[in-house]
Amino acid sequence: MKFTMTAIATLLALGLTSAAQADIKLGASLSASGGAAFLGDPEAKTLEMLVEEVNAAGGINGEKIELILYDDGGDPNKARTFATRLVEDDEVVAIIGGSTTGTTMSILPVAEDEGIPFISLAGAIQIIDPVRPYVFKTPHTDRMACEKIFTDMQKNGITTIGMISGTDGFGASMEAQCKDVAGTYEITIAAQETYAPQDADMTPQLTKIKSTEGVQAILNPGFGQGPAIVTRNYAQLGIDLPLYQSHGVASDGFIELAGADAAEGVRLPGTALLIADIIEDGDPQKEVVAAYKAAYEEKYGEAVSTFGGYAHDAFRLMTDAIARAGSDDPSAIRDALEATDGLVGTTGIYSFSADDHLGLDLSAFRMLEIRDGKWTSID
Amino acid sequence: MDALMQFIYSGLTVGAVYALVALGFTIIYNASDVVNFAQGEFVMLGGMITVFAFDAGLPLPLAALTAIVATAAIGVALNKFAIEPARGAPVVSLIIITIGASILIRGASQVIFDKQLHRLPAFSGDDPIHLLGATLLPQSLWVICGAFAIFIGLWLFFTRTLLGKAVLATANNRLAAQLVGINTGFVMTLSFALSAAIGALAGVLVTPITLVSYDVGVGLALKGFAAAMLGGMGNPKGALVGGLLLGLFEALTAGYISSQYKEAVAFVVILAVLFVMPQGLFGEKKTERV
Amino acid sequence: MTGKSKWIQLAVLAIIMLVLPFFFPSGYYYRVGALIFVNALSVVGLVILIGYAGQISLGHAGFAGIGAYSCALAPVHLGLHPALAVLLGAGISGVLALLIGRPILRLKGYYLAVATLGFGILVSMILSNERGLTGGPDGISVPGLGLRPLLRDMGLRLSGGEFWYIVNAVVLLVSIWIALNLYQSATGRAMRALHGSETAAKTVGIDVARFKLQAFVLSAVYASVAGSLLALQNGFITPDVAGFMHSVEMVTMAVLGGVGSVLGATFGAAILTLLPQILTVFADYEQLVLGFVMILVMIFLPLGLLPSIAARVRWRGV
Repeated sequence: MKFTMTAIATLLALGLTSAAQADIKLGASLSASGGAAFLGDPEAKTLEMLVEEVNAAGGINGEKIELILYDDGGDPNKARTFATRLVEDDEVVAIIGGSTTGTTMSILPVAEDEGIPFISLAGAIQIIDPVRPYVFKTPHTDRMACEKIFTDMQKNGITTIGMISGTDGFGASMEAQCKDVAGTYEITIAAQETYAPQDADMTPQLTKIKSTEGVQAILNPGFGQGPAIVTRNYAQLGIDLPLYQSHGVASDGFIELAGADAAEGVRLPGTALLIADIIEDGDPQKEVVAAYKAAYEEKYGEAVSTFGGYAHDAFRLMTDAIARAGSDDPSAIRDALEATDGLVGTTGIYSFSADDHLGLDLSAFRMLEIRDGKWTSID
Repeated sequence: MDALMQFIYSGLTVGAVYALVALGFTIIYNASDVVNFAQGEFVMLGGMITVFAFDAGLPLPLAALTAIVATAAIGVALNKFAIEPARGAPVVSLIIITIGASILIRGASQVIFDKQLHRLPAFSGDDPIHLLGATLLPQSLWVICGAFAIFIGLWLFFTRTLLGKAVLATANNRLAAQLVGINTGFVMTLSFALSAAIGALAGVLVTPITLVSYDVGVGLALKGFAAAMLGGMGNPKGALVGGLLLGLFEALTAGYISSQYKEAVAFVVILAVLFVMPQGLFGEKKTERV
Repeated sequence: MTGKSKWIQLAVLAIIMLVLPFFFPSGYYYRVGALIFVNALSVVGLVILIGYAGQISLGHAGFAGIGAYSCALAPVHLGLHPALAVLLGAGISGVLALLIGRPILRLKGYYLAVATLGFGILVSMILSNERGLTGGPDGISVPGLGLRPLLRDMGLRLSGGEFWYIVNAVVLLVSIWIALNLYQSATGRAMRALHGSETAAKTVGIDVARFKLQAFVLSAVYASVAGSLLALQNGFITPDVAGFMHSVEMVTMAVLGGVGSVLGATFGAAILTLLPQILTVFADYEQLVLGFVMILVMIFLPLGLLPSIAARVRWRGV
């Protein structure tokens, strides 16, 4: 009798542990602190919120998701260590993360070597070009942002521009891509200036650009306080040319930081998320962006940003693939991920294929303009 | 010409920001020979606390006052719990302690406040002032005047008041100062309170221009430190001149040479000055006692 | 320190390195171990500079950056084997340290701190601004050493973590052996004399400038090799490797562990490398705890962790 009891207890215990182990382990290494916290912080918050949401609704195929989230502080060295830890110690089935290009490129070899599907949240094109079997990404490339901006410039008859960019990873990478692609749109970059991420005043650079012969518009790739200060200096100097910002500042916070007066007329390529309130009814993205925006702002009391949106899309893509794969075998998830077709995210509508692991085109970007302190679509 | 004036205004604005941070270094250094690498965090706290108090509904002057008093209290605590117990430690230990304090304050702010950028409204509006063919924001005048006012205040304090002289005496020879009846413990407390308060005031003044977030302190401390060393550590005149020079170098380099290497040029100039004048522009030579 | 204690220190460290892997539950621990050794390597260099010669540097990450980017760039642009690139980086760092060391080391205390700081910032600025060459702030990939596939062909299969654990351990042991020998040598004694008092050292006829310079150059080479190894094992680096925060981290490891002793510094490197790994559960509070630990150790264990603990144990033992 006693023996049977013990046996039953053991079986029960085994059953319980195996039920606990059945959780799907999802890993993430994000830059929630440090210089790239403006990216990693909303991304981390978004993942935590969505995991809670999915688990409350019963999980994927009846299994709960366990999120293992590390803060790499934007340090590629730490990112690589955490990626190793996620794969070898925590034994996750998939990884989301790499807020920056540097951290992504450090996680990437670990994911490739161990065969773990990995969705990056960073902008650089080198992440998915050449295509690597296990590596995907959700944000548009910087090159696409440049193309979107140049298309709009072309439409307005602008052929000569000045550029002022941040010397941080985001600004420098986009500056290089824009220079690369400008010729295709017959745009000449006549003046080129930079500023350090924490600079307090950009009037010398702007004065130089302003006095350059023939400049018809100014483009400012960057994120954080830089673009806000550029926009304010722009108003201070009374420069009367169109000012284009990048998707790096696509959030309501930017208008507040730059001041609605100074920001009036600023244009940038953004996502549907920014204009969730005014998006047309028939738009396929309307439901997704509205739901995400409402949930995020309700939970955290701060405005959503494009970057949180990247994490949202990565999570949806990954959970959708896990559900379709019907198992938590990493290579099955990878195959399902690559077969993604028409998944609606906040950034755009994703369709992956064997030779496209970004799955977005230019149509995902919307040209936005700040009018009366609000974002409006001018496409 | 117009362009040159614009570069100069920019240099003065940025330089005044550096000078404000550098001035904060002087008092603590004068009283204790410690360069407080957490000085930048005082500036950050001044900005952040003001922003949060202002958002909570306090009028701006009251919010600023709250921030200055709170930061001064943190400065006193820093002295009491971290600097005073390590009295007599070598320079490298003191550097680690104040850098540790700076990391601690930043870490706490990230938890208590948030990781977002914030701004304060400019004190006298955003309409640019046109002067000699270039433009200047009213807030820049606030920052520049603030730097000069603090400089004059400090200069008077160190040369005209008994207390100021007591601070210098404490730095010079602690034991001798005690023997002539100076309460050196009080002098230290006062120095940290004043330094922190000056840092916080700087934060209030510059936030409408530079914006503030929990991690702006390191960058400000580095530039302020460099400015103070350029001018000669411990001398308010050195801090002011060093800060303004550093700002002007950066602005003129950005305007005439390369915006990419403006900070590099500034550091090369600092290195060059130190090679020729190892105590900075206005520093005093100290002889080593065996 | 006697010749015997040198071998005891080395033996203790070697045994710890050998035994630890038996307790590793997964491959990730090899990676952490390899990181500790690489950090310890640059910290041993700082022991020579700060602990022996009494000079400070807030810019040594600049040398680590030179070492790291040599490994990224020399194989591509000069066709050098990555292993030779490590030597090239060390050579460049040494020569550079020699050139800037002479004027910089005339400065004292905080002035020396700001001058070295300026040097470090200049290096990281060049690395992040010269995008065409260095890949800019986004970073650049580093070619592999090619030794692991070679070993595999010879029938020895090692994971990346295991391989670098072994390589870094060996390099660290050799570098510690060099540092300990230096300590006992006439040069080491002269350096320690000028640590006590430069003026006093001068009066007894020690060429102060020369010994300071030697310590500076040697520590620069250590930092450079550490940077190279870091780059090779990561396969990707960014200019952060040369940044101010990395310099501070290095000095903190040295001082926290005990800047007077090589083993102490290694211990400091271990503690500060492990701390963020242990604190992942409280990621939000990581900075807070780190700052707190730095202050507490400096106040209560001014000699650093290991020497203070050792002193206490010895005191009890008597």
